[in-house]
Amino acid sequence: MDIPILSLLICLPTIGALFILFTTSNSKKYNSYKYISIFISIVNFILSVYLWYQFDKSNPTFQFVENRDWIYGFINYKVGVDGISILFIILTTFITPLCILSVNSTIKNRLKDFLVAILIMESLMIGVFCSLDLVIFYLFFEGGLIPMFLIIGIWGGDRRVYSAFKFFLYTLLGSVLMLVAIIYIYWITGTTDVEKLYQIGIEAKYQKILWLAFFSSFAVKTPMWPVHTWLPDAHVEAPTAGSVLLAAILLKMAGYGFIRFSIGLFPIGSEYFVTLVYILSLIAIIYTSLVALMQEDMKKLIAYSSVAHMGFVTLGIFTMTQQGVEGSIFQMISHGIISAALFLCVGVIYERMHTRQIKNYGGIVSVMPKYSILLMIFTLGALGLPGTTGFVGEFLILIGAFKDNFLVALVASIGVILGAAYMLWLYKRVIFGELINKDLKNMLDLNKSELIILSSLAVPSLYFGFYPEPLINTVEMSVSNLINNYNSSLEIYLANQK
Amino acid sequence: MITDIYYVIPEIFLSLSLMFLLLLGVFKKEGSTIVYNLSLVFLIISIPLILNVPSNNTTLIFNDSYKIDYLSNFVKTLIIISTIFVLLTSSQYLKSIKIFNIEYPILILSSILGMMVMVSSNDLIVFYIGLELQSLALYVLASFNRDNILSSESGLKYFVLSALSSGLLLYGCSLVYGFSSSTNFSQIGFNYDQSIQGITFGMVFILVGLAFKISAVPFHMWAPDVYQGSPTSVTLFFAILPKIAALTVFIRFLYSPFLELIDQWQSIIIFLSIASMLFGAVAAIGQKNLKRLAAYSSISHMGYALAGLTTGTNQGIQSSILYISIYLVMNLALFSCILMLKKNNKYHESIEDLSGLSRNHPLLAFSLLVVLFSLAGIPPLAGFFAKFYVFAAVIEQSMFFLAIVGLMSTVVAAFYYLRIIKIIYFDKEAEKFDTDHNLGLKISLTITTILILIYFIYPNSLIDFVSKINLV
Repeated sequence: MDIPILSLLICLPTIGALFILFTTSNSKKYNSYKYISIFISIVNFILSVYLWYQFDKSNPTFQFVENRDWIYGFINYKVGVDGISILFIILTTFITPLCILSVNSTIKNRLKDFLVAILIMESLMIGVFCSLDLVIFYLFFEGGLIPMFLIIGIWGGDRRVYSAFKFFLYTLLGSVLMLVAIIYIYWITGTTDVEKLYQIGIEAKYQKILWLAFFSSFAVKTPMWPVHTWLPDAHVEAPTAGSVLLAAILLKMAGYGFIRFSIGLFPIGSEYFVTLVYILSLIAIIYTSLVALMQEDMKKLIAYSSVAHMGFVTLGIFTMTQQGVEGSIFQMISHGIISAALFLCVGVIYERMHTRQIKNYGGIVSVMPKYSILLMIFTLGALGLPGTTGFVGEFLILIGAFKDNFLVALVASIGVILGAAYMLWLYKRVIFGELINKDLKNMLDLNKSELIILSSLAVPSLYFGFYPEPLINTVEMSVSNLINNYNSSLEIYLANQK
Repeated sequence: MITDIYYVIPEIFLSLSLMFLLLLGVFKKEGSTIVYNLSLVFLIISIPLILNVPSNNTTLIFNDSYKIDYLSNFVKTLIIISTIFVLLTSSQYLKSIKIFNIEYPILILSSILGMMVMVSSNDLIVFYIGLELQSLALYVLASFNRDNILSSESGLKYFVLSALSSGLLLYGCSLVYGFSSSTNFSQIGFNYDQSIQGITFGMVFILVGLAFKISAVPFHMWAPDVYQGSPTSVTLFFAILPKIAALTVFIRFLYSPFLELIDQWQSIIIFLSIASMLFGAVAAIGQKNLKRLAAYSSISHMGYALAGLTTGTNQGIQSSILYISIYLVMNLALFSCILMLKKNNKYHESIEDLSGLSRNHPLLAFSLLVVLFSLAGIPPLAGFFAKFYVFAAVIEQSMFFLAIVGLMSTVVAAFYYLRIIKIIYFDKEAEKFDTDHNLGLKISLTITTILILIYFIYPNSLIDFVSKINLV
């Protein structure tokens, strides 16, 4: 294995983006750059599946590690994957081609620039998930702000400027503290290499403050209540493909960050702040579910449901149990697929009717049967019906939570019910009922490309719902290794305290 | 003595070529193009001359009043290279506002000659001669467009305030001389008695004078007006070169005669740094004129550069020099963009004029995008590394307050950079600008943009040079 496959994965979309930028013109003439970008992103997907195939699941350490000098004696360019990150990489490479496919008539102007932005975004997101050096991680994590800012701002809806600014400034503000923490870690340990930091550990007295600094960044990005308010705005104003990227992958960066850095690097800090995370997660689950119930804009409703789902994820991660963490990872993958699909579904009818207000719809089932079936699958997936990926994730998280704290699990379970309520109510109002709005009668059912996109999202969400084994299997060793490390360093700490 | 001359060949060469150009300008009618081009040639020749001067060891010449070391050579090279870029970018502008006179390159050359003396000085008197040489040339440059009332005003304003600050600086110098009985930097450090407060007074006056030159808050008042009033090419010169020189002199002062007084000056520099970062970020939000905005942005960037100096370590000096190097590249790119905003031979400076630039001029808009994000310090662009290094040095000394305030003000600053990006990318397009830019402008914009964009691939390229600066 001499091919630097991870670097290839990171660079390929950027190379494609540059290729498109310099070779094709921005003319209306249809559409060589679209095919090039689809081709590149599919190649990247195949490459990542190959990576998964080559990946040794029984080995909990980092694999495919590449380590190069970057700034001498200071920072190395280091990338590698373990069972946790590999799933996110596949999720990224899987969602991106679908995103690009879904861009047809929604993006009216400057399609070429849009595709370039999405491809660069893909590079950065893959980079986040496989970087094994804190500074490199920060570079990718923050670099993603630029393309996303432009995606929301240039191609977004009416209030796009406000949303783009809010998105950018919120996340930047969260992240600068993380930068301070990263530099500080370098000065107290002499390295920013994650693998080395896992081995040597960080002194207990620094862990709480460092944990908080990282938390400020990840909490904004997750987003956790009360700093979640940028998300509904960004989602509503972003173009469909932007919302999909945002919901499916960007939010997962923070969840991934919690697992990889907060728990991995600062076990004592994590243990200390568990209650804080529990409370914020529970508020997120209950409160944003209630808010979602009252939404009249479909995209906004799904955005709030994302906040609630991410609440489950943070809850699961900080149970520090095998099931909880596995469940969280599973939930993130599942949410990545399902929320992407839901946003695409909203995009489909938005394109036809140019409204996202729920009250303008109703009775669509009679004109768009295929659409209704697919939306049904995703709705049920989002509310966690057994047989979909949503169920497996939530179920595992709740097991983990029951192991840790009965009350927390009980409250979280109410969130499941609320989730069912708002999703089913949404479905009912949009799909069933009388076909009152006359314009709806002229709506065409899904065309070929929409059908392909939505079915290719439906298949994994059902397949892994019935047969979660391949995913669980991949993360199992890495998660148990993580939790063992966590527990052992806690034990040492407690022993020292006595 | 004769061997000493070997070390100052670049300075001698520059002054000879300066005089030669002056004579040429007198005797040859309509010679401004030749003078302009020749001055570029002389500048290019002086680069190998500087590199030829041995700099691995510190050498003191002319009775220890002149210091040649790695820092001085590095900064001199930076000065020459950025002057070349300034001259490349400005010729078209000067022609179209009809101030393409022979004096312009000559004044620039004499100003940078002064700067070169400044950065090498190891004696208060030599330092002051260099400072005045560069300042006098700058006064004239600021009012170079003498038919324009704003330009005359800015020249006068700069002259009056700068003279005041020079006065303060001289007063400080005399106090230092009085309490240490020497004007030599190396001697001052040995001679003074720390328990006597007089030397601290002198130092503070000197710092105030220098803070004025780099427009650190609260000595920044002149900067916005002078930036706005001066011809744009002169503003570019103002934004970069005096700051490099003055920052280097800051390093010379703080780390050579006054290193023992670190407890005294550290808090002063921290204050200057925090005030500049915050004020620059907040005050820029309401600006409507690009050059004025550049003034506020440069105030806040000086704050970051000073933050590196607060540490009192080599790491800090290196990070400051790295910061100023990247800052100069970013400003060159920014001003190259501003110099391209020309409609029917009239230059536009208002931010609103950029509206919808991305549709009419996608490449120019993209360059501005890169530059602005880099100025805001967003990774992976060069500006991020500049800030990263400074804060790495600051956090090493556990100065968290400074680091956190600094990084928070980058968030505030990000707002106004984003506002320009919003106008460029999100707003409706306005009228097109002319596209007949000359080659020099295009070259300088292309090179600087690419440097900013791809710096992250090989950051060692600059860090290798900077890390050789060891003063402490």
